[in-house]
Amino acid sequence: MNWETIIGLEVHVELDTKTKIFCNCPTTFGSPPNRNTCPVCLGLPGTLPVLNEAVVEMAVKAGLALNCEIQRTNKMDRKNYFYPDLPKAYQISQYDLPICTGGYVEIASGEEVKRVRVHRIHIEEDAGKLLHDEEDPVSFIDYNRVGVPLIEIVSEADMRSPEEAVAYLKAVRSILQYAGVSDCRMEQGSLRCDGNISVRPYGQDHFNAKVELKNINSFKELQKALEKEEKRQLELYSFNEGEKVVQETRRWDAAKGRTISMRTKEDAHDYRYFPEPDLKPVYIEEELINKMERQLPELPDEKSRRFLKTYGLTPKEVEILVGEMALSQFYEEVVESGADPKASANWILGDFLRSMKEMELTAEEQPLKAEDLAKLIELIEKGTISGTAGREVFDEMMETGKPPEKIIQEKGLKQISGQDELQAIIEKVIAENPASVEDFKSGKKQAIGFLMGQVMKASKGQANPQVAKSMLEETLID
Amino acid sequence: MSIEMTNLKYQRDLWLKGEASAKELVEDAFRRIDVTDGKVNAYLHLCQDEAMEQAEKIDAKRSRGEKTGALAGVPLAIKDNICTDGVLTTCASKMLKDFVPPYDATVVRQVREADGIIIGKTNMDEFAMGSSTENSAFKTTGNPWDLQRVPGGSSGGSAAAVAAETVSLALGSDTGGSIRQPAAFCGVVGLKPTYGLVSRYGLVAFASSLDQIGPLTRNVEDSGLALDALVGYDALDATSLRADQKGSYTVGMEESLKGLKVALPVEYQQEGLNPEINETLIKTAAELKSLGATVESVSLPYSAAGLSAYYLISSAEASSNLARFDGVRYGHRPESFETLEELMVNSRSEAFGQEVKRRIMLGTYALSSGYYDAYYQRAQKLRKMIRQQFEDIFRQYDIVLGPVSPILPFVQGEKIDDPLAMYLGDVYTVDVNLAELPAISLPCGFSKEGLPVGMQLIGRHFGEQTLLRAAYQLEKSLNLDLRNTIGKEASK
Repeated sequence: MNWETIIGLEVHVELDTKTKIFCNCPTTFGSPPNRNTCPVCLGLPGTLPVLNEAVVEMAVKAGLALNCEIQRTNKMDRKNYFYPDLPKAYQISQYDLPICTGGYVEIASGEEVKRVRVHRIHIEEDAGKLLHDEEDPVSFIDYNRVGVPLIEIVSEADMRSPEEAVAYLKAVRSILQYAGVSDCRMEQGSLRCDGNISVRPYGQDHFNAKVELKNINSFKELQKALEKEEKRQLELYSFNEGEKVVQETRRWDAAKGRTISMRTKEDAHDYRYFPEPDLKPVYIEEELINKMERQLPELPDEKSRRFLKTYGLTPKEVEILVGEMALSQFYEEVVESGADPKASANWILGDFLRSMKEMELTAEEQPLKAEDLAKLIELIEKGTISGTAGREVFDEMMETGKPPEKIIQEKGLKQISGQDELQAIIEKVIAENPASVEDFKSGKKQAIGFLMGQVMKASKGQANPQVAKSMLEETLID
Repeated sequence: MSIEMTNLKYQRDLWLKGEASAKELVEDAFRRIDVTDGKVNAYLHLCQDEAMEQAEKIDAKRSRGEKTGALAGVPLAIKDNICTDGVLTTCASKMLKDFVPPYDATVVRQVREADGIIIGKTNMDEFAMGSSTENSAFKTTGNPWDLQRVPGGSSGGSAAAVAAETVSLALGSDTGGSIRQPAAFCGVVGLKPTYGLVSRYGLVAFASSLDQIGPLTRNVEDSGLALDALVGYDALDATSLRADQKGSYTVGMEESLKGLKVALPVEYQQEGLNPEINETLIKTAAELKSLGATVESVSLPYSAAGLSAYYLISSAEASSNLARFDGVRYGHRPESFETLEELMVNSRSEAFGQEVKRRIMLGTYALSSGYYDAYYQRAQKLRKMIRQQFEDIFRQYDIVLGPVSPILPFVQGEKIDDPLAMYLGDVYTVDVNLAELPAISLPCGFSKEGLPVGMQLIGRHFGEQTLLRAAYQLEKSLNLDLRNTIGKEASK
């Protein structure tokens, strides 16, 4: 029997507002525990939430970027459950009237372009973080994150493989980064993802029981977790134990590389949703939608088309460059500083990415200035330094952030391309190696290799090889 | 020194004229408390040091010739579910017996800015759930007219504090009648403003869509003066509204009631209404007519359903609002627990009283999946209909007249084991909260036994001025002697 995998994703994205959703606390990541808190986000008795309008604006922007319809009448609802990371014991969220509905994201599926539909996007507040002591039976709570605005993007069950799921998540991340609504850093938790997965025989029109996977913290883990769960379900069905595939929530254990059951449908929470009485309904005016539409910058799809057309790059090169907004911006800055588009792409996709990976830097953190990289490319092209020296200079630039000219000067890497200087070295090499000169003249053309080696040695490797070689040939023939 | 206790305006004018210092007014208030509160038990905590300090500051302000606020020098009390920075705010619950908020409620900030002086926090039904103040975890408050009887609730401490003449102003909160009913039981004036007129920030929420803070005073004019200090849009409360009221709410009180159209719903005079209260209602209607108003019978067919809608909506919201009291961050925590769940369950089991638990369970049930449509959703539909019904009435009438409570102040312990009977006592007050309307409760007569009987006037949204004018004229014309023995004793 042939089986088909059905995947849908729930993506939580922290919106990049300066302050929290219902109070004026900052949303800064990495502050000391409980620094970014106040009576309102701590849910102290008597305090009330007031909706930060920037959250609505950003959610509208995200919705537009993901091709959604914007709901004009919005209300907030309470989702009730007891947990210490939730100081009010309810999360203010949206239940039956989400701010955005019915969008889509385009992904590559093999050679084809596939549309993954977005079911809905709603606004909600983030919860705090629990920290458990390894030895003592004690837990600590950090409420810095509580009240940080989130949007939850729920896809339709349109993906048919873990690869498509990863492509969808990457596309969503890149679109939201471009739209400027979130930095979408999975490692800092500003982009989080739950996966829903089921399998069914080809041709069956209803879905089998689906499993929700939690605790996925990177694209790689998403791929692995889905693959593992896909395999688990397929095995159960193929051993006629399909009844063991039940609707449940399973936790991905990255260390053990497997999923573990957390709770089944029977012990699912009853969240007792009801409209949040502390907040009035929010009406979104046409004007706001238009304003957000105008504020939307060039999105990844559009940028890819432009890169292909303008810079003569390959689709693969464009995909990598555009996939990371900061990378595409850096690339364009380098090109705008005067560097050749193709050479710039080679450098960025080659040495630059490798070096960032080795140094464990993100595109935002790396020290290289676009104009410096452009300068380096130009210096190599003009022959001021050799390609090999160029790599050395580049590594130094990544280490220190110094401009290339300075490094070349400090290290004495400048190529000797000057005719007079080179001629003097060549004359000297010819004078010192009469035997090889004789060989060359008697027809042993390979002797020039030895003589070139001597020229490079005499110039301490700084002779421009192309220039030196042609000058050497001319001198010998004369 | 003993200062004759009359009312807020009198006290403020004494201070303005320099005939009494704020310090003297505050000292006198504490002397009155000393004399009476051992019997009445209106107060949960007193803030003598802070009050004296505040009084000295205000007196110093005057001696420097600085501008002072509208409540300058006036000692006042605050219901213990309204947050006071640095002062215990317990909601009369074991859960919050040690809770000291690090912030002031907006109304507390407002009275402080108006140079009013907070002298203490008053007793109440736990988390404002109840109609007798017997649901307090700490003490039982007596009705100053008859100490064996309840002062009403849930703002019973505030009403008793005013009736015992210890203060001329106390703030209360009204979710389904909690200002108006104790005002009626204690023979004082209680105003429940339009929903959104007074900020709820810092009021420990019972039912967010119904709660509203308001003043309890000894007369209608003081009610208007107090309201002046409390109104105003508050950026900290998203349900706060801007009223287009200009100037004081006391302006226009002297105007005649000629032409005022009063509606008297027939449903307010049906079975269950104490005949003595009905008599007062008829007399009050007659009094309004003699003042030039017209009084006509109308029908509010949904009013009977209001009570069910109220208990479902208020309990549903309460079940969510009170969920934060889990023993994790503040509040009562059990001596021992093994698991997280045990910590939460034991905290709540040990620290919440019977009535609070009853409402949480009722509300949780009403919101549960499978029951939501039948209970919460239907209650919301009824709420809309009740609101609509009042809107229709107010197209033709200026004021709705009705009783506050169907029963007279009852003896302590008499109803505490019969929650349903207690709930039925709210039948005339809850519709006002469901419809978000303003209403004022004022004493309009006495029972044969000499217990005060209050009536309520209900107005249009933001119709406080008309309401206050009608109440003021009625009060003047009735000219009742509203001093009780306890109050007189305090003033000796």
